[in-house]
Amino acid sequence: MAKPKETVSRTLLVALVLSIVFSVVVSTAAVMLRPAQIKNQNLDIKTNILAAAGMLPSGASADEIESVFSQFDVRLVDLDTGDYVEPSFVDVNDPMKYDMYKAASDPKMSTKIPSSEDKAGIKRRPNIAKVYTLSENGEMKRVVLPIHGYGLWSTLYGFVSLEGDLNTIEGLGFYAHAETPGLGGEVDNPRWKSQWVGKELYGEDKTEPQIRLMKGGVSANAADKEHKVDALSGATLTSRGVEHLVNYWMGDRGYAPFLKKLREGEA
Amino acid sequence: MSEMTAKQVLFEPIFSNNPIGLQILGICSALAVTTSMNVTIVMCLSVIAVTAFSNLAVSLVRTQIPGSIRIIVQMTIIASLVIVVDQILKAYAYEISKQLSVFVGLIITNCIVMGRAEGFAMKNGPWLSFLDGVGNGMGYSIMLLFVAFFRELLGAGSLFGVTLLTPVNEGGWYITNGLLLLPPSAFFIIGLAIWGLRTWMPEQVEEEDYKMSRHTHKEAF
Repeated sequence: MAKPKETVSRTLLVALVLSIVFSVVVSTAAVMLRPAQIKNQNLDIKTNILAAAGMLPSGASADEIESVFSQFDVRLVDLDTGDYVEPSFVDVNDPMKYDMYKAASDPKMSTKIPSSEDKAGIKRRPNIAKVYTLSENGEMKRVVLPIHGYGLWSTLYGFVSLEGDLNTIEGLGFYAHAETPGLGGEVDNPRWKSQWVGKELYGEDKTEPQIRLMKGGVSANAADKEHKVDALSGATLTSRGVEHLVNYWMGDRGYAPFLKKLREGEA
Repeated sequence: MSEMTAKQVLFEPIFSNNPIGLQILGICSALAVTTSMNVTIVMCLSVIAVTAFSNLAVSLVRTQIPGSIRIIVQMTIIASLVIVVDQILKAYAYEISKQLSVFVGLIITNCIVMGRAEGFAMKNGPWLSFLDGVGNGMGYSIMLLFVAFFRELLGAGSLFGVTLLTPVNEGGWYITNGLLLLPPSAFFIIGLAIWGLRTWMPEQVEEEDYKMSRHTHKEAF
């Protein structure tokens, strides 16, 4: 290892040259690939939304996904009042660019949830949510709402899609989580997810969400079976997390004010 | 070392000097990314690319690197390459890069990469170093694919995402082995693989550090 040119100035020079060369390499790669990465991320979100709404054609290409997704209107909603807000309210020109999960960690754009109310285990809730609506001839056909909350190991991020009556679930799916594979990870199982289709969020009064995940399954003649879904076997805590997060987001701290206004045709 | 031929450098690490099997390096990622074949293959290609090119780069500048900062220099080269690989995956293989998540970044800390840069590329020419990187990457890959084959087949009933044994959850007959989807199962499979490898090539068995002497002292009772 003993080389003749082992001096302090040489060492500094080598370190400097090396840092410059590799910063150029890394930043070139990052800048050049940025557009492709953003495209992927957006496509991924759109794919997840369509999957939750049951509108994803199998083996769809990127263009097909874009064209199906273009039927949706992307709107921003103030969760406390339930009113739509303009994108300029959150300093973006395109509602697609608003990131409600980033907003949730910004004290100015989110509200701390008192721990007694924090069923979903998310600590802070963004003030403004991003919703996806699909209307035909001025009539609301579908609403896709982002939901998230804590399971056993991780925060689950997903979407729930509602039919035009704003009560019947059309699909539910999580696109990001780190639950135990084979146990809690079965939230991704298509057979389990298919049970959600046709379940009803609210009871008669349309205010308090009634979703329950039942151990041991839901028999055909169970009472209130329109609100009950079979829990994941071997994953009590993940199931409880899913139940809580769905009820939190559909409750009056979540989307209930917005859905109420939509139902009354005011939003 | 200088008398090694290119062929030896390339193929030795696959079985007779396997980085996981003999040197027991790179175990952490072998546990984390082996639940499905698709993900494993992408991880393997990334590691081969990083070891090959970091070896090449380190070897090219080896005479210029001052001894006092050589580890930092190697780290910088490896880290930069890993970032580039991560960026490429995010741009062209988004789904898989999401599943690999932090483990692409953690290639930086994969002992195999660093070990080959310090142990081989610092002393050998660029071409041989490059081949050594590819060879060690392949040695790592073969072990990972072996582990992933059993974990995906028995844990999820599929290979490359294609269902072969229809699991009970999806209306089939196969009761999936949940343990194989959890990281510890990779330990068992790697352990069995190392046992198999050392039975086939007994020269890989390490000598015992010490021999236990016979118990001679008489206990008082």
